[in-house]
Amino acid sequence: MEIFKRTNFDFLGKKWPFIILSLLLTAVGVISLVVKGGPKYGIDFNGGALMDVNFKQRPSAEDIRAALRKKITGEIEVQEVANSQEVLISTSVRDPKGLEAVRNDMLATLNATFNPGMAGKLDINTATQGQLVEGLREPLAKAGAALNDDQLQALVSRILTYRDTPPRSGLIRNLDELSAVQGVTPGVLGAIKGVVVPGNLHVGRVEIVGPKIGADLRRQAINVVLIALAAMLVYIAFRFEWMYGVAAVIAVFHDTIITIGLFSLFNKQIDLTVIAALLTLVGYSMNDTIVTFDRIRENLRFHMRGSFREIVNASINQTLSRTVLTSGLTFLTAVSLFLFGGQVLNGFSFALVVGIIIGTYSSIFIASPLLIALKDLVESRRKNVRPSAVDARSRSVAGSVKGIKTVK
Amino acid sequence: MKRQLRYKFLFIIAVILVSLYGIIGIPRSKSELVANWEKNIHLGLDLRGGTYLVVQVQQQDAFNAQAGSDADRLKDEARKANIQFADIDVEEAKSLATAVKAAIVVKGVPSTQAGSFRSIVNDKFPQWLSTPLNGTDYRLTMKPSEALQFWQNVLSQSKSIYDRKINALGLSEATVQQRREDADSELLVQMPGVDDPGRVKQILQTAAVLELYDVKGGPYASREEALAQNGGVLPVGTRLIGAPGSDPNARGGGVYLVARTPIIRGPDIRDSRPQQGQLPGNWETLFVLSQDAARRFGTYTAANIGNRLAIVLDGKVLSAPRIDAEIHDTGVITGATTQQEAGDLALNLKAGSLPAGIVFEQESTVGPSLGADSIREGFVAGVAGVLAVIVAMLIYYKKSGINATLALILNALILIACLSYFGAVLTLPGIAGIILTIGMAVDSNVLIFERIREEAREGKAPAAAVDAGFSKALLTIIDTHVTTVVSCAILFLFGSGPVKGFAVTLVIGLVANVFTAVFVSRFIFDWEMSGPKPVRALSI
Repeated sequence: MEIFKRTNFDFLGKKWPFIILSLLLTAVGVISLVVKGGPKYGIDFNGGALMDVNFKQRPSAEDIRAALRKKITGEIEVQEVANSQEVLISTSVRDPKGLEAVRNDMLATLNATFNPGMAGKLDINTATQGQLVEGLREPLAKAGAALNDDQLQALVSRILTYRDTPPRSGLIRNLDELSAVQGVTPGVLGAIKGVVVPGNLHVGRVEIVGPKIGADLRRQAINVVLIALAAMLVYIAFRFEWMYGVAAVIAVFHDTIITIGLFSLFNKQIDLTVIAALLTLVGYSMNDTIVTFDRIRENLRFHMRGSFREIVNASINQTLSRTVLTSGLTFLTAVSLFLFGGQVLNGFSFALVVGIIIGTYSSIFIASPLLIALKDLVESRRKNVRPSAVDARSRSVAGSVKGIKTVK
Repeated sequence: MKRQLRYKFLFIIAVILVSLYGIIGIPRSKSELVANWEKNIHLGLDLRGGTYLVVQVQQQDAFNAQAGSDADRLKDEARKANIQFADIDVEEAKSLATAVKAAIVVKGVPSTQAGSFRSIVNDKFPQWLSTPLNGTDYRLTMKPSEALQFWQNVLSQSKSIYDRKINALGLSEATVQQRREDADSELLVQMPGVDDPGRVKQILQTAAVLELYDVKGGPYASREEALAQNGGVLPVGTRLIGAPGSDPNARGGGVYLVARTPIIRGPDIRDSRPQQGQLPGNWETLFVLSQDAARRFGTYTAANIGNRLAIVLDGKVLSAPRIDAEIHDTGVITGATTQQEAGDLALNLKAGSLPAGIVFEQESTVGPSLGADSIREGFVAGVAGVLAVIVAMLIYYKKSGINATLALILNALILIACLSYFGAVLTLPGIAGIILTIGMAVDSNVLIFERIREEAREGKAPAAAVDAGFSKALLTIIDTHVTTVVSCAILFLFGSGPVKGFAVTLVIGLVANVFTAVFVSRFIFDWEMSGPKPVRALSI
């Protein structure tokens, strides 16, 4: 099967609509960034607390916010995770000493509001190993199923592993489910039921980041991306010519800016995993661009006929089949990640899906026209250079050649 | 040619076997296979569940304390040398950033005694640098080199105390390390498997400075009352301790007038353990003193029967019992209600007292349920993505799609085996690296196949088309791979934890990819064409 056979589209002739589209997208992104006062950083970069709570039956975001509002003064954001009963609750805290308090307040408030009437009983969905061991020791002894310390620890650890394994994912709905656990006999289950209740929520993740670390991570992430771009520029300039390096890096930079802009537009947070995604997308886009540039270089080396612009256009056509296929296939991976990858990878896969589209198109419509423009610019400069300067340059070249000769 | 192919084949088989061995060892049963897999593949905290803490050591506490005790010593030395002074006081550092600026301020030294004052500072306090403020006042700050040394000591002391605390908690896999190389003040505590860090944080936070003081008076309700009761000025060699404004009869309440230097300090404690109290439901923490301290304590208690002794923990007076008889080497701290509470205090006393307080800068706790979900979802997504890619390749490239598929699978195998051999930790960003690797692997195959097709279209025979396709695509593959490796090197050098994980997996994947897409895939083509029947057309 072949989709593209000896295509000869005039990509560069149609570059303007795409360049305008790029500018438009960039402008929309930048405007959104400016209006919203910069990217919406996740707590990794901003400082704050984030909690991932899994509910049996998810209350409305408004209820959760209202409950927390009583205790927490900062901005509270409640984000529902699609296709689940999970909720991400985040709040920004600027005072490092207040972080601990916020964490405990959030937990206590959630428990008080959504787990009423647990008086004196242990909640299996929030209890820790230690609490369960302590809580079960006596009831088990009374029920005639006394266990020594090691046996008890092992039993509790089995129960908790069972609770935390999908599809339960931390939530036991009915204590009868526990009879599937090895060692939970009807007698043991009876004793458990006496002191334990299944609560309505389970906290899967807590992230707390102090403002200092947040600023640190943010600065580091930006630095590292910029240095990586610079290093790639140097390498490409070394392997090809500096113009290629500049064009490739500008194109990749363009992708990054648009993706960050889209994140701002869709109100998605930028956190550390998104940075990983941006790096991945830089990798893809750079890869695409280099494949095209490589072909241009090869065609130039084999003295293909035509102007530079025609050679570039031909090269794009020659690699078109590969570009579309690779992008299509990697796009498949990214989409499956977006659909099945779960909420932790959500931001990551979103960046990837967007990035692959933009990366592919930027290597055709941004990097290549830029390369031509740079080349034209350099050549027209060269023509306009004053003769005396040319003289000086050729003299110095001649001098160096002579120098080599004398050494020989 | 044939012989060369055989060597290549053996080499590829060897790589597969070594990779498999790295991942699952030599399993004799299914359960052993799973066990080996779990042993060899190290999952990061984000995937297996656990807690990651960044604590900031409040260096200013240690600097202030050092300035405080040296100020006391300076007073004594000045008195001994008959040097007059109006006041010697500490100017405390308020924040971490200004910790090294903690100073001792000396006021009112007559100018005639300036020389002898300076020589005391030079001889007895070499850590400090004295700057005259005017004719009679001086300000002592720590010398920069000494301050740096002191800073590092505080950090390494804190680190080793945390190590001891965490070991005592039985968290064998937990680690404590400095977050960054430079003279920073942050420690990173990683605790796999801990999903309820509350108790651990409590224990880490407890400075556990235990001191026993000779009580000279009290309890009083406030500092003012204490002063009033003592005629407006504190007697020489005494200080006030406790919580002003609290009920003097409550536990931990009241202000006491005590001797300035404690009789017993934290480092004097040799052992500590919880024990059942006299009343049911009461727990207490027993502490045992070192030999030297026990002798001192014995002499002191024998001479002070009938006097009171304040037991002070982290600046709070826990109790002030009367000394009934000579005590040698043991004491108890009462008041705990559970065994764990008494046990935690014992643990803290044994681990030693922290030189400075801490602030939690970052906490990341991932419960095992979420980790398990992430693994499952990541796995499902990865498998679905790879399957889709394989199906598409098989449709598009027909039989050659098999080459690509084999190369892809082998790539994943080598990548995972390398992670296992290097002891690298697989995290979510690492999975991102694997996904980019899959993309690059697919790309290499596509590049090669498209090139072969182009060559074949120009009328080349299959063998020549394969040859030309591979050699032309190789240049491009090397360029794209090296560019990515260059950026990974930067990420590894300048990035932090998660970004590093991404870079490591990606580099391994890329190297494996050059091997599988170029070497292995080529081998399969050559092998196909080396058969007895000449190949007329490529299935591509």
